[in-house]
Amino acid sequence: MVRNKTLSARLTETALIALMLLISLVSIAPVVHTISVSLSNTSAAAGGLVNFWPVGFNIESYRKIIDEPHFINSFFVSVKRVILGGGVNFVMTVLMAYPLSRSGKEFPLRNVYMWFMLFTMLFSGGIIPLYLTVKSLGLFNSLWALVLPGAVPVFNVVLLMNFFRNMPKELTEAAYMDGAGPWYMLLKIFLPLSLPSLATVTLFSVVGHWNAFFDGMIFMRSIEYYPLQTYIQQLVVQLNLSEIDSSQQEMLAKISDKTLNAAKIVVSMVPILVVYPFLQKYFIHGIMLGSVKE
Amino acid sequence: MNVKSYYKHYHLMLIPGIILLIIFHIIPMLGIAIAFQDFRIGRGVFGSDWIGLDNFKYLFQIHDSSLILYNTVFISLCKIIAHLIVPLVFAVLLNEVRFMIVKRWVQTIVYLPHFLSWVILAGVVIEMFSLKGIINHTLQLFGVEPIMFLTSNTWFPAIVVGTDIWKEFGFAAIIYLAALAGINPSLYEAAEIDGASRLKQIWYVTLPNLVTTTVLLATLSIGNVLNAGFDQIFNLYNPVVYQSGDIIDTYVYRVGLVQAQYGFATAVGLLKSIIGFILIIISYRIAYKFANYRIF
Repeated sequence: MVRNKTLSARLTETALIALMLLISLVSIAPVVHTISVSLSNTSAAAGGLVNFWPVGFNIESYRKIIDEPHFINSFFVSVKRVILGGGVNFVMTVLMAYPLSRSGKEFPLRNVYMWFMLFTMLFSGGIIPLYLTVKSLGLFNSLWALVLPGAVPVFNVVLLMNFFRNMPKELTEAAYMDGAGPWYMLLKIFLPLSLPSLATVTLFSVVGHWNAFFDGMIFMRSIEYYPLQTYIQQLVVQLNLSEIDSSQQEMLAKISDKTLNAAKIVVSMVPILVVYPFLQKYFIHGIMLGSVKE
Repeated sequence: MNVKSYYKHYHLMLIPGIILLIIFHIIPMLGIAIAFQDFRIGRGVFGSDWIGLDNFKYLFQIHDSSLILYNTVFISLCKIIAHLIVPLVFAVLLNEVRFMIVKRWVQTIVYLPHFLSWVILAGVVIEMFSLKGIINHTLQLFGVEPIMFLTSNTWFPAIVVGTDIWKEFGFAAIIYLAALAGINPSLYEAAEIDGASRLKQIWYVTLPNLVTTTVLLATLSIGNVLNAGFDQIFNLYNPVVYQSGDIIDTYVYRVGLVQAQYGFATAVGLLKSIIGFILIIISYRIAYKFANYRIF
């Protein structure tokens, strides 16, 4: 049907699109600004002359990063943490979601486990007791301190469990008849059928691991163990904040290298930007998972 | 079909996770005992002196407490209200755009900040709001004197709430967009035949269909009243703005882990955990009652 649009309708449409584009620009402006600063020359950046395009384009700041052993080191601590932590999260999520997705008839103790898990999700002893526990286990400075306390991502378990519960009953019944045990059911039937959901929960946990800074800050007592976000927190954000607070702002601003800091921030954003297309494909699905009810 | 023989496999699957939850969630919960102690790290939980409710009494005596509670509730309420309205308005407007390509690109861009950490974004925000940053630079073009945004107790809460909305509004809009996608198109057709303008269609068709979602989100956010956003504030604040920006979580961190007053900090954290727990239970109950919402 071809509609004869009036002038005012067209104006509304144009204004709406313009507004949406403006909102998008505002959303992405800080990221673009930071990238521009990282590619500008130092004096232009220090003078606040850079907006949304590099001034005096050069990649000097990225060259300097390579000479910062602690930064590179932290980058790889983060990579290791993502692989190890993401792996542990994945195994735990899968192993726990399956039995919990069984009905109370199939697995009577299911509800006991379920309430236990929810209790740990909703109530916590707070940060100090966790700190003391990790300390007394001797996990300070160990990668496991960043992995084990969050090893069971309860929220992800609930998401995947809800997905498993919506699998057709006929499927499980038929497999049982053929003599398939729980492990076979989980690994050979449920997992292959839930790849999008698995991708969702895995991406959530990987992004969470990449972005976490606080555990690295309190459990890692020395800079060579810092994951990247903790490094940025301690060496970029904290320094910037102390500058703000200082009376000698002019002088300090010259010492701290804005372009180098911006480059560090950009590098730590890159992995997120790389997985973002995949994330976007799945996370809407993931959010809906949580609300699916039989 | 002997299902009973499966039980042991189910237990086997659950045990590793349960053990980890016990070690890193339940044992620390027992550690809240130190909230009732004059805890000394050298003497441990069993060697420290029990002091009953002294830590809690102290909490109600110092004048920091009311200020921190006020900051926490004020910032989180502002965030909650803004998080209900801004994504709603954005979703309704985006829903009116007829070009699919524009819609998809806008969505792709506005979801992005949600996935960046507050550490990174704080680095960006601090740079932009600094004296020589882009914000002050732009203001100068309009003849406004440079403002020290991040050391001003007037501006700090506004920046916290504003940047939080900026980061999350796109992502929060997903739920509204899903609700909008579920509206029966025949409702709009009927409204159009009756001669309803676009504005009237929004008012009489779109918005009524979002009421349930909005009320549900409002209910669920009750549980967050004491969470004003640790990651964000911790990365943006500084001693000058403690007065307007210090919240329970940042306070617990400083008193507990920086000043090593473990017992007192645990008491504060415990009080927060208990109130938060009660609020969450209440909000889930209400959500279940009227919207049949449940997480499992």
